[in-house]
Amino acid sequence: MNLSVVLPMTLYLLAVFIIGYLSSRHLRSTPHFLQAYFLGGRELGGFVLAMTMVATYGSASSFLGGPGTAYTLGLGWVLLAMSQLVTGYFTLAVLGKKYAIVSRKMNAVTLVDFLKERYRNQWVVILSAISIVVFLFSAMAAQWVGGGRLIQSITGIPYEAALFIFAVTVLVYVAIGGFRAVAMTDAIQGLIMLGGTILLLVATIQVGGGVSQIINQLAEENPRLITPYGADGSLTPLYVSSFWILVGVGVVGLPQVAVRAMSYRDSRAMHRAMVIGTVVVGIIMLGMHLIGVFARVVIPGVEVGDMVMPLLALEVLPPWVAGLVLAAPMAAIMSTVDSLLLMVSSSIVKDLYLNYLRPRATEQNLRRLSITVTAVVGLLMFVMAIRPPELLIWLNLYAFGGLEAAFLWPIVLGLYWKKGNANGALASIVIGVGTYLLFGRFWPDPLGMHGVVLPVLLSLIAYVVVSLLTAHRNQVEQREIVQRFWGA
Amino acid sequence: MVQHSQSNQSRWREDPRYRIARREAWIGVGLALANFIWWYAFAYGLGSKPVEEYQYIFGLPQWFFYSCIGGLLLFIPLVALVVRFFFRELPLEATPEKEEEEGREST
Repeated sequence: MNLSVVLPMTLYLLAVFIIGYLSSRHLRSTPHFLQAYFLGGRELGGFVLAMTMVATYGSASSFLGGPGTAYTLGLGWVLLAMSQLVTGYFTLAVLGKKYAIVSRKMNAVTLVDFLKERYRNQWVVILSAISIVVFLFSAMAAQWVGGGRLIQSITGIPYEAALFIFAVTVLVYVAIGGFRAVAMTDAIQGLIMLGGTILLLVATIQVGGGVSQIINQLAEENPRLITPYGADGSLTPLYVSSFWILVGVGVVGLPQVAVRAMSYRDSRAMHRAMVIGTVVVGIIMLGMHLIGVFARVVIPGVEVGDMVMPLLALEVLPPWVAGLVLAAPMAAIMSTVDSLLLMVSSSIVKDLYLNYLRPRATEQNLRRLSITVTAVVGLLMFVMAIRPPELLIWLNLYAFGGLEAAFLWPIVLGLYWKKGNANGALASIVIGVGTYLLFGRFWPDPLGMHGVVLPVLLSLIAYVVVSLLTAHRNQVEQREIVQRFWGA
Repeated sequence: MVQHSQSNQSRWREDPRYRIARREAWIGVGLALANFIWWYAFAYGLGSKPVEEYQYIFGLPQWFFYSCIGGLLLFIPLVALVVRFFFRELPLEATPEKEEEEGREST
């Protein structure tokens, strides 16, 4: 397409490469490779921590799918999206210092490390690692498809070539740079997302003739567009509220988010990150979805939801600014994919290989293996994304909810409840994931809520009941765990 | 892996930092609850009226302004204040007095 649109994006990709390279040089000198590669050596400061949490969590759906739905449904969808404000502070507050301290005591580098030390049960470890690999692999595939399509729609190059550019960029910087590269690029990507949102919102309001004008026109077209109930009246209060679980408080259970809560340097970093995270996530979510609604007036008649944001940017902004703003969804996709990629590879290397296949692997060995596994998973992803199989698409729909149903209680209650035990955790994982997939198939939106709510409740009950029922077993071991976890 | 050698089972002391950590986690839950109530009350309290009776602030329907924009503008300083006055700065290291668990990297 247009050179002034392509140029800023190219510059952006270049910058990302450079960060990956710099981070890989840092990795070469570290004595603790695994901790550095998968966790950045627990050195993140407040700003980078906040950015990497927001950017990991804000994905294609925040910049393409979300605004597209807001375009169709109106202000009600922006209301729903604002349930995500809570993610800015809640995850860090709830996992909090306890999680950071415990993970240091146990020398935990991944979420599964944490679960392994807390429950000392190989089935918990294996089941968790597999859930992470399967769900995140499919979530990633969907993001890759999004990334490829986005490049295709902006530049006009064919999908496969676009996907290739996207894949190579992400692969290189993640594989060689590890967590540090991911966090650093996330910080830049977060800033791009923030800047892009503000620019596009201001331009859209201006072109639309001011907020009052836009709202009037929306109300004229369909008054329901400016109610909380959605253009077709489908957004009931209960349904919208249930998203507080899926995209709000439940986010604590997402492994790629939870692992970040063990990556910060000190408590000051955590405090700062809570404030910065709330600001950034709030502005991006409010801005992007509001943009989607306002776009209905500025560019009416868009059929494909995902295209609303790119088309709008090209319409209301001068080309080179549009290029910058369109780097935002690109950044959102990349910053999600990079974290997922690293998460999957850490599950394979650290949680499965090192635990069960070769516990005595040497440092040199792990170094090579980590980079290779990351690259191979990425390549596999690329091949899958060219023509994504049905199963993958189906699994992706359930990825986030499934992980939340699996991990929310084993993490949170594992941290704070001394009586929680391995049997409870296993029951929670099995019931959570099982009912979520079953309901999704046979009972969509049970009782008018999003499908994740009941499974999360059921997995809570399973955790508590089974833990209490089996409390008499393995009392000695449980006492040991408690002393090691809670002891000074 | 884990050494089964801690013999003084009855005499152990809970890490004093956890009491603070637990309190802060509850504060996080409280914040989220307050956030939800604010969001819900304004959205459906004011938004369930017929559209003809809507009032507007800066061009936006009142329910939306208070629930979404007001919520954002309120909770940013609120989080900042809570963190400033109720969250304590703690060392996060595994307690210094206890000898470090040998990490597998250093074996």
